[in-house]
Amino acid sequence: MSRNGHSKAYVKVTINGESAEFLCEPRQSLLECLRDIVGLTGTKEGCNDGNCGACTVVLDGRIVNSCLVLGVEAEGAEITTIEGIAHGSELRPIQRAFLEQAALQCGFCTPGFIVASEALLDQEPNPSEERIRLWLANNLCRCTGYDKIVRAVQQAAAEMQETKA
Amino acid sequence: MQNFEYIVPRSVAEATRKLGEFAKPVLLAGGTDLLVQLRSSRKTTDAVIDVKRIPELTELTYDPADGLTMGAAVPCYRIYGDQAIRQNYPALGDVAGLIGGIQIQGRASIGGNLCNAAPSADAVPLLIALRANCRIAGANGAREVPVEDFCIAPGRNTLFPGELLVSLHLPPPAAGSGAHYLRFIPRNEMDIAVAGAGVAVELDNGNFRSARVSLAAVAPRPLFVREAGDWLAGKPVNTENINAAAEIARAAAVPITDMRGTTEYRKHLCAVLTRRALETAVRNARRIN
Repeated sequence: MSRNGHSKAYVKVTINGESAEFLCEPRQSLLECLRDIVGLTGTKEGCNDGNCGACTVVLDGRIVNSCLVLGVEAEGAEITTIEGIAHGSELRPIQRAFLEQAALQCGFCTPGFIVASEALLDQEPNPSEERIRLWLANNLCRCTGYDKIVRAVQQAAAEMQETKA
Repeated sequence: MQNFEYIVPRSVAEATRKLGEFAKPVLLAGGTDLLVQLRSSRKTTDAVIDVKRIPELTELTYDPADGLTMGAAVPCYRIYGDQAIRQNYPALGDVAGLIGGIQIQGRASIGGNLCNAAPSADAVPLLIALRANCRIAGANGAREVPVEDFCIAPGRNTLFPGELLVSLHLPPPAAGSGAHYLRFIPRNEMDIAVAGAGVAVELDNGNFRSARVSLAAVAPRPLFVREAGDWLAGKPVNTENINAAAEIARAAAVPITDMRGTTEYRKHLCAVLTRRALETAVRNARRIN
């Protein structure tokens, strides 16, 4: 029992391809569960009200703000966090492009941007600049002015197209 | 956030029963408004009832004879991704893509947008224009309410304790019909409307057979301007008549002055947005049919 008498819930999910389980209070967000219970701290807490996108994760194939999902709602879900993007020590094209284009400065928003951008490239291999900016409108960056982020997504798209060709 | 019981009913009957077992239960669909309200203590609750595992609330079906049934918890991405909606209610797909950003659209539902009863809700004026009906269930049975009567004040809707919104029902589109929602925001996306206009028209040989106009963010609730549409009915489609209807919308608006805009500015926007939305709806009607 938690401090105010509500029992904890048992939640079973798949995180980054591996099954995982955790106990949480119903009021805890998926973001809190990932960071404070599961120990995956790559997902960041920015605004905690759905505006900044720093907490973006993939939930059953859709990007969501994990601060606006309860941990208990994720029962049975497949979740991908920033920790699940790279294949071992090999960075994905989007991660390399962020480094090469200097698409970050303080880096706090970066996990959210990477997860959101990867999800875009996953379903639209060759997005226009307008499409990239619209897709990333729910992710805020206070350092870069966004241009470098957009260029990084374009570079990753081009690179992924080339490898496929 | 305070703690609460978390309940996942599997049927409408179970949900209405659970609603009766708590002092201050709240219903959870996408949670993009609710969780923010609970976290900031703007709302308090002893039980969060998650309606996303109830089949009727996640149903999305179109029947050419009966129209569209859209479960109250269907998230926006399913609405704009639905082939039947894109074909028969393109304006509805468009408005689902205007609400929040991609992350929000992955969770937020139009039923939730309606229940939240914000005067600025983007989907509601269009639902009113499209003659949507709310299908409501409660311990004492089911009832239907036209969308224009559902919101009663900022943050308040017509649901009685123990009731829930099950789905929205839209009639099939009439021949020669078109619709459009247009809002004004200072940013390009991810913003709350300063004002918005949702309209639907039915054309017949260069005349308006009927029209419906509704406004966002210029009254304590989404505002149905019945007289603007009634005025157009039977009249020729031309600039003069569209402008006159836009003036009726301006006159009906009763906005407040706040950080997003002044009363005067919002009333001006009502005329501009209504005119432009009507022009686009007419173009859509001619293109589709």
